[in-house]
Amino acid sequence: MGIDLPIIWAVIIAFGLMMYVVMDGFDLGIGILFPFVKDDRDRDCMMNTVAPVWDGNETWLVLGGAGLLAAFPIVYSFVLSALYLPLVLMLAGLIWRGVAFEFRFKADPDHKWFWTHAFAWGSYTATFFQGVALGSLINGFKVEGPSYTGGAFDWITPFSLFTGVGLTVAYALLGSTWLIMKTEGDLQRRMIELARPITLTLLAVIAIVSIWTPFAHPAVFKRWFTLPDLFFFAPVPVLVLAAAFGILHFLKRDTHSAPFVLALLLLFLGYSGLGISLWPNIIPPDLSIRAAAGPPQSLGFALVGALFIVPIILTYTAWSYYVFRGKVKVGDGYH
Amino acid sequence: MLGLSALDLARIQFGFTVSFHIIFPAITIGLASYLAVLEGLWLWTKDRAYRDLYRFWSQIFAVNFAMGVVSGLVMAYQFGTNWSYFSAFAGGVTGPLLAYEVLTAFFLEAGFLGVALFGWNRVGPGLHFFATLMVALGTLVSATWILASNSWMQTPQGFEIIDGRVVPVDWLKVIFNPSFPYRLAHMTVAAYLATALLVGASGAWHLLRGENTARVRKMFSMAMWMVLIVAPIQIEIGDQHGLNTLQYQPAKIAAIEGHWRNEPGAKGFPLILFGWPNMAKQETEYKLEVPHLGSLILTHEWDGQIRGLSEFPAADRPDSTVVFWTFRIMVGLGMLMLLLGLWSLWQRFRGDLYDSRLFLRFAVVMGPSGTLAILAGWLTTEIGRQPWVVYGVMRTSEGVSNHSALALSLTLGVFIVMYFIVFGTGLYYMLKLIAVGPQDLGPDRPTPDIDLSGNTPLHERPSRPLSAAPDISI
Ligand code: HDD
Ligand code: HEM
Ligand code: HEM
Repeated sequence: MGIDLPIIWAVIIAFGLMMYVVMDGFDLGIGILFPFVKDDRDRDCMMNTVAPVWDGNETWLVLGGAGLLAAFPIVYSFVLSALYLPLVLMLAGLIWRGVAFEFRFKADPDHKWFWTHAFAWGSYTATFFQGVALGSLINGFKVEGPSYTGGAFDWITPFSLFTGVGLTVAYALLGSTWLIMKTEGDLQRRMIELARPITLTLLAVIAIVSIWTPFAHPAVFKRWFTLPDLFFFAPVPVLVLAAAFGILHFLKRDTHSAPFVLALLLLFLGYSGLGISLWPNIIPPDLSIRAAAGPPQSLGFALVGALFIVPIILTYTAWSYYVFRGKVKVGDGYH
Repeated sequence: MLGLSALDLARIQFGFTVSFHIIFPAITIGLASYLAVLEGLWLWTKDRAYRDLYRFWSQIFAVNFAMGVVSGLVMAYQFGTNWSYFSAFAGGVTGPLLAYEVLTAFFLEAGFLGVALFGWNRVGPGLHFFATLMVALGTLVSATWILASNSWMQTPQGFEIIDGRVVPVDWLKVIFNPSFPYRLAHMTVAAYLATALLVGASGAWHLLRGENTARVRKMFSMAMWMVLIVAPIQIEIGDQHGLNTLQYQPAKIAAIEGHWRNEPGAKGFPLILFGWPNMAKQETEYKLEVPHLGSLILTHEWDGQIRGLSEFPAADRPDSTVVFWTFRIMVGLGMLMLLLGLWSLWQRFRGDLYDSRLFLRFAVVMGPSGTLAILAGWLTTEIGRQPWVVYGVMRTSEGVSNHSALALSLTLGVFIVMYFIVFGTGLYYMLKLIAVGPQDLGPDRPTPDIDLSGNTPLHERPSRPLSAAPDISI
């Protein structure tokens, strides 16, 4: 056929998930930062900064799921059944958080606290279980059929719990730097204060994961630490350090969008590091992208729609960020 | 939990979440088309009442749409979490169809919904009308994809099984499978009916409370015309749908009819109006029947016969007790809708459409009937095709993931609590919006931008569905 459908689809899905992680990452981060900001008007303002865009961000998650079913039905079946509990909890978190966006602003004062809690807890739950799912995927599964046959709680390992916490820190960084860019005055100062310890914590998390992953997973070790691959991949950790110090540096200078851009870069690097570790497998340790692909007829058929619609979605997304650019002030009404 | 097996629990979980989900898309489909009609009429007649009605129903549409998105998010993951063997087996067909549904939904959401809800003052009337039309079209296309998927599972064709997996060989055959046209027509019309009944009920409720404005009268009258015209159409489509099902899923029809065996000799079979199909005894008890009517409806012959449920192996029989009744609920509600339509014509004829309290009360009571009929219809369809998940190809018990009853009970609990709080609040909010009623928005502006609080400049206003709804506290 000439076109390598499984690889194209793997790229589309990886791209979709990356869009999800960086975009929903900062708005989940808003909820994660809620406990650190006490004033209700500040909290309103924090939500206002992402209110126009958050549901578009979540689009990518649904697209990732449907794309996975279309292109890699085995992976979809296996991963989703293996990670049943964490994923259901993640969805529950996303639902609470999603409707809290809407209901919190409509709620009468007696009920507002309920939706405030739903928002914060929803964000923590969704993020933590996303991280747990990620960690479990890196740990790998023994694939023996299309459905997972292990225990319901096998996903609970020290490593996956750690990645759950790690992702929470990462999203908190995205959230705080986003707010530095989008707000001003007291709220912004508070975020600058928070961003420093968060960056340092994240750096520590990245260091631990980078050591833990290869040493606990021999295949990953081999991928990173054999020559000549080592030379190609060496820039990744260097860039991670550069980005982190960049953030710390710019926090002092008060430049408004630089920390956020660098935080995005940091997440992107982490994501590519993960990609490097997994390639060419889609479920470690041994299910490869090609072996997992569905029938070419299905991949080809679905590709037509994806190639037509994904660019339109991207354009629209860019446009809506453009429309809603600029600072959001405390006390600005929303909706 | 309660002696239920993991399979039972997985089925309950799917049925529970999809039943919540389907309510919202049905109203989304209906309201989107209704909005397009309202705007078209406004542009054509310049009658402000249509614009005010557009404004009013677009708020309810916005809340409903948001609920549809959130409940749909769960559905997209359920196939993998709960039906992993099914997804791995049939994902080659259902995956691309689902992907197209999601892509279409996003496409309309991304491109046109924002303009339709927020663009009144940003684009000209022609372009705005176009956006509304595209939203309506988008909901219909979205429904087409998901129904193609469901219909394929009911009447699969156009595929081969290679290495234990479904491989689509002819997409046209996959999509235009035998039950698809009937299901698409029946479901789309069901969405229109359910919406007309909802609009009609809210009109009647406002009339009963003495809000006899031109706007309220208009929406009530439109809804009653719709019910009058569409209810008989739906009954005819349903009849055709049944004949199609008889051809492809005879056991389902036998279960729906509570028909166990034929009389010896070439005798016709009765239509059982009411009764209690007993699966163990293989007969329908306490029945009230009309001789030969079953033959007439299903075979169009006085002495025609269909296969009775006892003629199918016990392992292939759907639960007749349930589908017998869900089917009768749907049909009974359909007949009541027809009655409502005819009664409205009679009232109109007497010039008394807006004043007869008895008639208006009936219209209020019928408000939820469309939604209930939709749920009853889906329960009939889905339970009637058991024990198959892909009809004749894969059994439901072969499709289910290996979760323990414990894990499933846990998640089912999470879903139930969450859905009742979340969607309960959503429904409550929608009802409160409906209770406010359509307002007179004045002559000048096409419609005010959705800013009843008056403190946000337009360009900072988020273009998300729910923010189109005004501030009513919940
Ligand atoms: C695209 C596919 C699809 C669509 C559009 C629907 N269903 Fe379905 N349904 C299934 C695909 C499916 C399924 C995955 O195939 C299930 C799971 C087990 C089974 O046999 O079929 C199922 C089972 C199932 C059950 C469990 C009862 C049983 O298995 O006996 C209920 C109550 C419903 N469905 C109800 C609905 C409702 C109310 C729908 C309206 C939207 C609906 N289904 C649409
Ligand atoms: C069990 C099968 C189903 C699944 C997996 C499913 C999945 C989804 C998903 C993921 C969405 C959200 C898309 C978005 O975020 O905009 C959605 C919305 C929608 N669904 Fe479903 N759905 C199912 C059944 C149905 C049925 C039976 C219909 C109609 C006949 C339907 C019609 C729609 C429509 C029109 C929308 C777009 C409008 C909205 O978001 O409210 N769906 N569905
Ligand atoms: C009154 C006459 C009606 C008849 C004879 C009829 C017939 C049928 C039949 C035979 C089925 C099952 C098809 C199958 O599973 O293969 C069905 C399903 C269904 N019905 Fe009806 N129906 C009627 C009225 C209604 C009304 C008034 C509504 C809603 C407003 C409705 C909504 C549905 C829905 C949503 C389904 C499931 C989707 C589908 O399979 O099309 N029906 N109907």
